[in-house]
Amino acid sequence: MSLQATHRDAGPVTVVDLSGRITLGDGSALLRKTIRGLLADERKKILLNLADVDYIDSSGIGELVSGFTAVKNQGGDLKLLQLTKKVRDLLQITKLYTVFDVYSDENSALGSFR
Amino acid sequence: MASDDKHLEITLETQVESVNLAEEMCLRVAEAAGFGEDDCYRIGMSVREGVINAFHYGNQERPEKKIHLALDITPEKLIIHVLDEGTGFTLADVPDPLAEENLLSTSGRGIFLMRAFMDEFDVVKGRNGGAEIVMSKKLPVPVGNSENGKDGK
Repeated sequence: MSLQATHRDAGPVTVVDLSGRITLGDGSALLRKTIRGLLADERKKILLNLADVDYIDSSGIGELVSGFTAVKNQGGDLKLLQLTKKVRDLLQITKLYTVFDVYSDENSALGSFR
Repeated sequence: MASDDKHLEITLETQVESVNLAEEMCLRVAEAAGFGEDDCYRIGMSVREGVINAFHYGNQERPEKKIHLALDITPEKLIIHVLDEGTGFTLADVPDPLAEENLLSTSGRGIFLMRAFMDEFDVVKGRNGGAEIVMSKKLPVPVGNSENGKDGK
């Protein structure tokens, strides 16, 4: 299933709801385009909702890291919400679980942005 | 190859679509061989990463080069070969993606994932000078056929 991305504003935070697979090709490209588009619009507090993302490959991991770094470099913050088991396991074995701020509850995640 | 082994091979174009094609083909073979959902996921991911490696690093995304994928099913395991037409590489030269200085790298996790998800993993010099990834996973023990008579849980 190809990646779908929609975003909504929650105060100063933009929540990006993703569904499908973040993999080499269209999935990674859409994630990149979405994050770069938000940064261009000065939306620098980004919460990626991964509740409906059940598959990420190394290209998708690279795109998450790239987005995280790009947002940080512009003084913003990118956090993750509601990881599926496969995605959580993948971030744990790659040691990225400690790099990203990860939340299971949207209100808690929104409240964590300053 | 023993007479009861099964062999399948396919030549793929150096293009992004080959990654999905290879994954889908190997998933079908793995399911037919009796692997469960979690192992199928690990096998599918490893094949993806092997073909991505061949597409990007081995063949340098050059469309005139091919990716050769072969599967062998022996009585003990599923063996996967991914051969590219590049110049080859040695595992010792691959940076550790878990090293502090590489954690925020945007690439370089494919080999690590294949090693993590498969039982055996190696990279050898291919017949054409490229890199050949060889990885395998032990076949699941059929229910009621394990050594202690239990189902192996």
